[in-house]
Amino acid sequence: MKHTLHQIFHSGKFVLGFCIFIVILLIVMVYPVLFPYPPLAIIGQGTFFAPGIYVNAYDSVHAPKYTLNLEDAAAKRIASRLSEDDRVAMQEWLVGYGIPQGEIDINDTAQLLGLWNTHYDPKAQIPGLTNAKRNYYIRLDTALEGLLATEDAVIAVKNPETGALEAQGTIAQSDYVNVGQVANVRFLPLGTDNFGRDILTQLVAATRVSLQIGFVAGIIATLIGLTLGLLAGYIGGLVDDVIMFITNLFTVIPSFVLLILISFSIGQERRGAVTVAIVIGFTSWVWTTRAVRAQVVSLRNRDHVNLSKLSGHSIVHIILNDILPYIASYVVMALILQISSGILSEAGLSILGLGPRTTEVPTLGLMMNWAMIYQAYVLGKWWAYLPVLITIALITFSMNLMNTGLDQVFNPALRD
Amino acid sequence: MADRQVCLSGTGLTKVFGFGRQKTVAVDHVDFKFYESEVVSIVGESGSGKTTLAKMLLGLLTPTEGEIYFQGQKRDISTQRKRKEYWKNIQAIFQDPFSSYNIFNKIDAVLLDCIYMRGGRRLPQAQKVALMTEACGFVNLKFEELTNKYPFELSGGQMQRLMIARIFLLKPKILIADEPTSMIDACSRATILDMLMQLRDEIGMTLIFITHDIGLAYYVSDSVYIMERGKIVEYGSADEVILNPKEAYTRRLISDVPKIYEEWDLSTV
Amino acid sequence: MGKILLDVRDLSTKYVTRFQENVYAVDHVSLQVEEGKALGIAGESGCGKSTLALSLMGYYFPPLHYISGDIIVDGRNISRMDPDDVRRLILGREIAYIPQAAMNALNPTQKVISFIEDVIRVHDLGSSKREIYERARILFQTLGLPENVLQKYPVELSGGMKQRTVIAVAVLLSPKVLIADEPSSALDVTSQKMVIKMLMRLMEDGLVRSLIFITHELPLLYNVTDDIMVMYAGQIVEKGTAKEVVFDPLHPYAKGLMGSIIVPEEGVRGVKLTAIPGAPPNLKNPPSGCRFADRCKYVQPACRVTAVNLRELPNGRAYRCIFSEEELREAYRNG
Repeated sequence: MKHTLHQIFHSGKFVLGFCIFIVILLIVMVYPVLFPYPPLAIIGQGTFFAPGIYVNAYDSVHAPKYTLNLEDAAAKRIASRLSEDDRVAMQEWLVGYGIPQGEIDINDTAQLLGLWNTHYDPKAQIPGLTNAKRNYYIRLDTALEGLLATEDAVIAVKNPETGALEAQGTIAQSDYVNVGQVANVRFLPLGTDNFGRDILTQLVAATRVSLQIGFVAGIIATLIGLTLGLLAGYIGGLVDDVIMFITNLFTVIPSFVLLILISFSIGQERRGAVTVAIVIGFTSWVWTTRAVRAQVVSLRNRDHVNLSKLSGHSIVHIILNDILPYIASYVVMALILQISSGILSEAGLSILGLGPRTTEVPTLGLMMNWAMIYQAYVLGKWWAYLPVLITIALITFSMNLMNTGLDQVFNPALRD
Repeated sequence: MADRQVCLSGTGLTKVFGFGRQKTVAVDHVDFKFYESEVVSIVGESGSGKTTLAKMLLGLLTPTEGEIYFQGQKRDISTQRKRKEYWKNIQAIFQDPFSSYNIFNKIDAVLLDCIYMRGGRRLPQAQKVALMTEACGFVNLKFEELTNKYPFELSGGQMQRLMIARIFLLKPKILIADEPTSMIDACSRATILDMLMQLRDEIGMTLIFITHDIGLAYYVSDSVYIMERGKIVEYGSADEVILNPKEAYTRRLISDVPKIYEEWDLSTV
Repeated sequence: MGKILLDVRDLSTKYVTRFQENVYAVDHVSLQVEEGKALGIAGESGCGKSTLALSLMGYYFPPLHYISGDIIVDGRNISRMDPDDVRRLILGREIAYIPQAAMNALNPTQKVISFIEDVIRVHDLGSSKREIYERARILFQTLGLPENVLQKYPVELSGGMKQRTVIAVAVLLSPKVLIADEPSSALDVTSQKMVIKMLMRLMEDGLVRSLIFITHELPLLYNVTDDIMVMYAGQIVEKGTAKEVVFDPLHPYAKGLMGSIIVPEEGVRGVKLTAIPGAPPNLKNPPSGCRFADRCKYVQPACRVTAVNLRELPNGRAYRCIFSEEELREAYRNG
C-alpha cells in the first residue's frame, strides 16, 4: 500500500493533476472564509461591469488628502478627457472653418485648445456638417471647458433651507487619496455579470456546488456500476444475463438525452443541486458496470479465487477479499472519470436551462447559461464566461491527468 | 489389490460448455476409480479436458452429466456448509504459483485460513504459531522469516512449497495437483515432487497429478489415466501404460517425448 | 575439425535497469561453433541463456549493452560494427535468431506471404511478387511445409505450424548460424517434435550451416545437439559433448541439473531426483568467489575467496570448479 502510494506520487502526471485539483479545492474552501460575500447578491446597478477596483467617489472626497506633485498628471488627465479621435475631429472643424491645416498641431494640446476657443462658434456654417455632428461638437465644447484650468475644484453642500450652495472645501489638482483610507472600496477582479453580481464570488461558490454535484453523481454512478458489475461478473448465469440486458439497454439509449428528459420531467421547482446530481449519477453507471464486469469475469477463474473457495470462504468474503482489492485501483480511476464527467454533464444540462433551481445556488453550468442568455459572447464581456470555461477545463483536465497517472502506475500490475 | 478402498470414483462424468453451434464437450463420459493413498496421474495434451475434470472433482465446476462418489457415497455439495465439509477432504495445488495467492493477503493469513478450516479458530496464539512453524518446517521454509511478508516476495519454488505447507496443515484425504511443477525450474522441480511424495506418506492421502508430462507421470504415479479430447483412452498401472502402451494415442505421446537412454525416433511425425 | 563459423571470445554484456543498475548477464563467455555442428546451451531461468543468445548477434539496443569481447562470424569481427551495418549485413544473412515465443511475432493482419515479402524487401533483395512467391514455395517444399500456408493468416495456423513458419522465414537467406532460443517450449509434445525435426532437417539440407540451441529441457538438448554448454549466473560452468555432459557431468551444478531429468523410460521410476536448493545469485552484484558456492553441497572455504577459472581438459571438455576431475568423481560416487 505504502509502496503503491509512493509510486503514484512519483508519476509526474498524477502529481500535476493532483496539485491543480488541490489548488482549486483550497481556493473553494478558503475564499468564502476570507471574503464572506453572498454569492448571488446583486450589487451592481447595470450589467457587465468590467473587472477593476471600484472606489467610492463620495467617500474619497472625505478621505485625507495628500499632495503629490507628479509631472505627467496634467497630461494624463487631459488624455483621459480629450481622446485622439476628439483631437482629429477638432482639427477637421477648424480646417472646415478655414484655418490652414499646416497651422494646426494636434499633439500640442495648448495650441489646439487656443485655436478652438478663439474660433469655435456653434452657429458657424461648415460645409458637409450634419446635425448629429453639429451636436457632437457642441457637447465636445462643453466638455473642454476648464480642461486646461489649474484652479481647485470646489466642494459645495446644498443648504437645505435656502437651497444655496455653500462651499465646504476645495480639491486641488495635485490632491490624492490613499485607497486604503477610503471607507468603501470593492475589488471586482472579474467584474460583474448581467445581474450585477460579483463574478469571482459567484464562480467560487459555483465551483463548490459543481464539485459537490460531480462527487455525488460520480459516487452514485460508481456504486451502482460496481455493485452490478460485481454481481454480473461473479455470479454469472441468469443474473449476468439480466444485468447485462439492462446495461445494454442503457448503453444504446444516449444517456444525455435520457438526462434531459428526466431533468425536464422533474420540473424546475423540485430541481435542486442534489436532485440533479442524483439524476446524473443514475444515468451514467453503464460504462463502469461493463468495465467492472469484464475485470471480474477474468478474475473469477483465477487460481487464487479457486483457492479461496477451497478454503471454504463465502461468496461475500470472496468478493470483498479476493475480487474487490484487485479491481480497486480500476474503480478509483473510474470514479475520477465519473466525477469529471458528472461536472461536464451538469454544465451541459444547465446550459440548456435544465440545471438546478437558479435562485438557490450558482453552478458552473448556470453561469454559462446566464452568460449565454445575456449575450456576453456577442458583447465581448469575456469576464462573464471565460473564467467559467477555464475553471471547468482545469477541473476536468486535472482529473483526467490524475486518471492517466494512475493508469500508468496500475496497469502493469493489471496486465499480468 | 482387492482390499484397497476406493476413495473417489466417477461414472459417466461429462462437462459441456456452451450450446448450439458453440457446444464443446470438454469431458465426455469419463469413468474412473481412485484408490486410497495411491498416486494417480491424469495425462493429456492441452485441450484434452484434464483441467476441467480436475475442477469437477474439486467441486469448482458442476458436471453436466454423471456422478461423483466420494468414499462410496454420492457426493453432495449442494449447500455452502456441505461444500465446506467436502473441501476439508479434497484440496488442490495449482499450476501457476504466482496467481495462486491473493496478493493483498499476508502469508500468515494463508496458513491461518487452513488452521481455521480444521477447527482451530479458538486455539491459543502460541499453538497457532507452532502449527504454522511446523508446516513451514516441513517444506524447508522458516516461518519466522515469512511472517508478515506477502507471497509475491517469494520465488516461484518457495510459493509452491508454501502451497504444500498449506496442504500439510489441512491434511485432506485427496490432493489434486494441477501441473504443480510446469512453471518451475528443473532443479526446484525435484524438491517439490519429493515434498509431495513425503506428504503423501505422512498423511496417507490420495495424490492426483494432472499433467501433460508423461515422463513426470511415469516417475511419480502408481496408475496412469491417458486423456484425449475429453475421453479416457487408456488407464492402468504406470509400468503397464508407459512401457507397454496399447493405444495408438498413448504410443504417440510417449514417442513424442525426447529420450536419453533410447534412440529418439524423429521419423514418426 | 570443421571450419569454425562462429568464434566468440571473452564476450561480456550487461543490462542497464530503469534505476541505472548494471546487471552483468553475460560474463566473459567464449564459445566456438563448427560447421555442421549444433551447440546446446542449458541452464535454469535467470542464468543468462537468453541474454547470451541476444548478445551473440552483435546487435545491441538498450537496455542491453556491449562491454567487451569479440564475435567473429566466418572470419569477420562484428562486435564493434555499426549497428545499422549489423542489421543490414549480418542479421538474417550470417546469423539468424528465433526468439522465445517467436510465433507471436507474426502480424495477425498479414498473410504469411506478405510477411515474407517484407523480410525480403528489408534485405534489399527486391524482386517481383512472383519471384518471391516462387522462392518461398520452394523453401516450404524443401522443409516439408504445406504450400497453402503461404496464403493463410496466422490465426488460421496452429501454434506448431506458426513456429515452423517463423523458422522457415528466419532461414530464408540461408544464414551460417541459427540461434534458436526455446523454440519449442510453448508447444505440446507433438508440435515440439515437428519443430525439432525441422531444425534437424535444416542442418542436413545445409540451409543453415550450424545451430545454437538454447533450452532448459535437457533430454531435448541431448537429442538435438553435439556439444552442450551449461551456464550459471552469466558464466559457462561446463562444456563438453552432449553425451559427456548428460551422463558424466563434472560441475556440481551440471550434476544437479542432470539429476533432475525425468523421461518416460524404464529404470527412471524410483530413482531419487537430485534437487539444488536455493536460487541463483543476483547478477547486479555477483559474489566474488565461485558463483555457485551458496548452493553447492561440496563447498569449501577456498571457493568463496577468488573467482574460479574455467579448467580446460585435454579432451576438449571444460568446467569451472576448484576441484580436480578425480576429486569430483570421487565426491559423486560417495554421494
